[in-house]
Amino acid sequence: MTRSLVRTGVVLFVLALGLSGSAVAWAAGLDEPGSSVADGGQGSEVEGMKTLVGQLSSEDPAVQQQAVRVLVETGDAATLSRLELVLEEADRATRVAVKPVKALLKNKLNLASDDEAVRRAAAGDLGVSGQRLAAPWLEAAAAKESQYWARYAMEEGAAMLRLADDDPSVRDAAAAKLGELRSQNGLPALKELAQQLSGEASPRESDAPVLAAVSQAIERIEIWSTWAGVFETLFRGVSLSSILLMMSLGLAIVFGLMGVINMAHGELMMVGAYATFMTQELFKAYLPPSMFDAYFLASLPVAFLVAGACGLFLEATVIRFLYGRPLETMLATWGVSLVLIQLARVLFGDLTAVTAPAWLSGGAQVLVGVYLPYNRIFIIGLSIVCVIGIYLTLFRSSLGLRVRAVTQNRNMSACLGIPTRQVDAYTFAFGSGLAGLAGCALTLVGNVEPGLGQNYIVDSFMVVVTGGVGKLAGTIVAALGIGSLNKFLEPSFGAVYGKVFILVLVILFLQRRPSGLFAIKGRHAD
Amino acid sequence: MDNKNIKEAAVIESGAAAVEDAGSSRRDFLVRSARMTAGVGIAALLGNLGNWALSYAADKEPIKIGVLHSLSGTMAISEVSLRDTVLMAVEEINAKGGVLGRQIKPVVVDPASNWDLFAEKAKQLLLQDKVAVVFGCWTSVSRKSVLPVFEKNNGLLFYPVQYEGEECSRNVFYTGAAVNQQAVPAVEYLMSKEGGGFKKFYLLGTDYVYPRTTNKILRAMLLAKKVPEANIMEEYTPFHHQDYQTIVGKIKKFSAGGGAAVISTINGDSNVPFYKEFANQGLRADDVPIMAFSVAEDELRGMDTTALVGHLAAWNYYQSVETPQNKQFVANFKAYCKKNNLPDGDKRVTDDPIEAAYFGVHVWKQAVEKAGSIEVDSVRKAVYGQKFLAPGGEIVMDAGNHHTHKPVLIGEILKDGQIKVVSRSKGLVKPEPWSEYTSPDKGCDWITHQGTYSKKA
Repeated sequence: MTRSLVRTGVVLFVLALGLSGSAVAWAAGLDEPGSSVADGGQGSEVEGMKTLVGQLSSEDPAVQQQAVRVLVETGDAATLSRLELVLEEADRATRVAVKPVKALLKNKLNLASDDEAVRRAAAGDLGVSGQRLAAPWLEAAAAKESQYWARYAMEEGAAMLRLADDDPSVRDAAAAKLGELRSQNGLPALKELAQQLSGEASPRESDAPVLAAVSQAIERIEIWSTWAGVFETLFRGVSLSSILLMMSLGLAIVFGLMGVINMAHGELMMVGAYATFMTQELFKAYLPPSMFDAYFLASLPVAFLVAGACGLFLEATVIRFLYGRPLETMLATWGVSLVLIQLARVLFGDLTAVTAPAWLSGGAQVLVGVYLPYNRIFIIGLSIVCVIGIYLTLFRSSLGLRVRAVTQNRNMSACLGIPTRQVDAYTFAFGSGLAGLAGCALTLVGNVEPGLGQNYIVDSFMVVVTGGVGKLAGTIVAALGIGSLNKFLEPSFGAVYGKVFILVLVILFLQRRPSGLFAIKGRHAD
Repeated sequence: MDNKNIKEAAVIESGAAAVEDAGSSRRDFLVRSARMTAGVGIAALLGNLGNWALSYAADKEPIKIGVLHSLSGTMAISEVSLRDTVLMAVEEINAKGGVLGRQIKPVVVDPASNWDLFAEKAKQLLLQDKVAVVFGCWTSVSRKSVLPVFEKNNGLLFYPVQYEGEECSRNVFYTGAAVNQQAVPAVEYLMSKEGGGFKKFYLLGTDYVYPRTTNKILRAMLLAKKVPEANIMEEYTPFHHQDYQTIVGKIKKFSAGGGAAVISTINGDSNVPFYKEFANQGLRADDVPIMAFSVAEDELRGMDTTALVGHLAAWNYYQSVETPQNKQFVANFKAYCKKNNLPDGDKRVTDDPIEAAYFGVHVWKQAVEKAGSIEVDSVRKAVYGQKFLAPGGEIVMDAGNHHTHKPVLIGEILKDGQIKVVSRSKGLVKPEPWSEYTSPDKGCDWITHQGTYSKKA
């Protein structure tokens, strides 16, 4: 019935019919024996609600305002549920008319919610709702609020509403408050007000201090937002760098130390990502849901070991026979990468998803306008741990000593009794394991699909080559440099040209320094 | 001078006489040979009459149709479902006795997400397999690549995906939406009071023809609706873009103070990183909704939807549409996938392109029955104005512009990967291949004009 009404498009007609429709529905409700007995007391209230809803969609603004006031001022949770009950039966035009009032009431109730996020969201919604009667609620709630950012949102919302007040002194105070809060959300409203005040033909006496306060607030907010922007750009640069670093560390070992051009490196990342996916599925299937969020921690070693095992297998079956023949290695590993992609497609299909654990979703607001996602913080931490781990393995363990010995002078190491073949295998497996770890980390920011590795392999090679083949420190510096530069360029150039620009810069850089940032100095036995 | 004229006249006269001469004898010859042919023809007819009953069976040999969807490569994720749908529709038709008493035999080829291969395979279908019609393509670039092949060989293509418009081919029927049946109403909805009254729009897309053209039209439309230039942002990312930190940061700044929405034409694997980053930087669907034109149920099927819940989509059909024929269609599709051991079996879902691919086959079948032949020119004429009760409701093929009249539905993404309808157009929306905002003087009509025409003239 509703649809046919909408088609007629005659608003009044719709309204009238809609109200009678809800009345009919109410009558139908009365016929049910249970409801009429149980809700005997509520009956009159629902009837009153219907009258109010009728007034809300009234043509007369005074009647409408009065209804809004009655509803919202006296409203509680029961009012809301009754309102929803009535609306269920109402037609679309009525629903549209009542929607803002309902939202207002709902947000008012949500201000007292136990959940901090809900309180914040409600404060934010009220702030932009433009309903001035909400300002006192927000102020009252802010006074009681203990959580910093929720209180911030409430104060901001209240100030934004007060900005539209008729009393100049209230507006003055609101503008000052917004400036003090460095409110990003208040900025458009402030600018509008400033424009309006300065644009008036005959400025009133009382407006001058308001205008001064507003322009001062705008200035404060803008200065702050510049700094917040700088800080966020820095964080984004570091975050992208950490991802690049995670991807390139394994390659720095395999390509840098061993000299193997492994085109399947990206696919080893993919193996790590799918290992994470499998761990998640196992946790889902065999462990209680309360344990689910721990799956990601468990998947880190799993991804490392699975990808490492793949690397070991790859080394033993393909790469072992091709040492010292870079072209053949490249082609063979490229073939392996295609096989792995297709295998993943056959085994898992194109549609798989890793659900980020709850403790890695969302983010922390550290400053006004600066919001740091947990997953990115985690990846930065993980990359630092990896760098430390690699350092300890290579420079503080006997295996690391052998690896370095073999890469510096294979024949001499063999003479001294180091099983070079075995060391090769371990090194390759270690590099592959790091790729698996990178794949695991990537599931937090991207999707899991067979072509995952292909998206990253070029970037990884770029980082390793720019950093200087064979130098881990070079890889770290190059990752930081490329990541930060990318994020520095992207805001002004856009994602497409930013990337082009980076590639051009890298090429030019390599023209000047073909061996990268940190070239190996001195006699290098090769 | 006069002399010369006379001479010339004489020459012409004699020439004319000669022509007449030859003409009379040729006419004679023609008449005679026609008689002879007719005689031979009648004799042959009579002679063959006895064999007719036998040859009738031979005449009922199956009608071949082509299915041109990528079954491997990057587009396989979306296109495989369309192949399944076409084969299911064919099975349905065959079970009911086929078309014109003949069975349909699908010829499935795999262009492997490679647009050069699309053209090659299209040629093979048309020239070698001699198919009556082809159902296929997804990306605009693959359609553009097969277009010359279909136009040169007078083939017939049913294209089932929403696209950027600005095309009007005699050899293609577009069963997906034109821009005025998806993008434009979606933005109009966002601007409406009911949709939230948004005033600022961030147009974000992957860098290729569909997003660029769509955004060009949307920008023209927004400007026409008095949205100030400063309230429109446009940005593109490369294919497979993964790092959306900066862009989400920009959106956050852009949306400060409320009233902003994102119009996303991001395609493929960039969607997950984008939505994840969006949620992780603390933006909520209630404040800044993302309206997407390339995210449908089939893509949501394997995704982690937590970051997408509450965001919007615009299509002409959803699996959740409540019509009896849709319930049947969804059940049939699931049963078909299960029966044929297709991946995911009865967990498969339907979506807009799947519905468009499905009714495309049925519209072709009805047109063939109306035309009484599978010959392209007569089928084409029969398609004009064809009606079909599609799963999402009745659709009508336009009387001249090769597009489809469809309803427009705005939906909200739910946790289970389904989409709930929040707004529905009044009736069917007439397709406009040339947008009124960017090409107001152009139209598309194959009845009164030859395809694209200029309205000024």
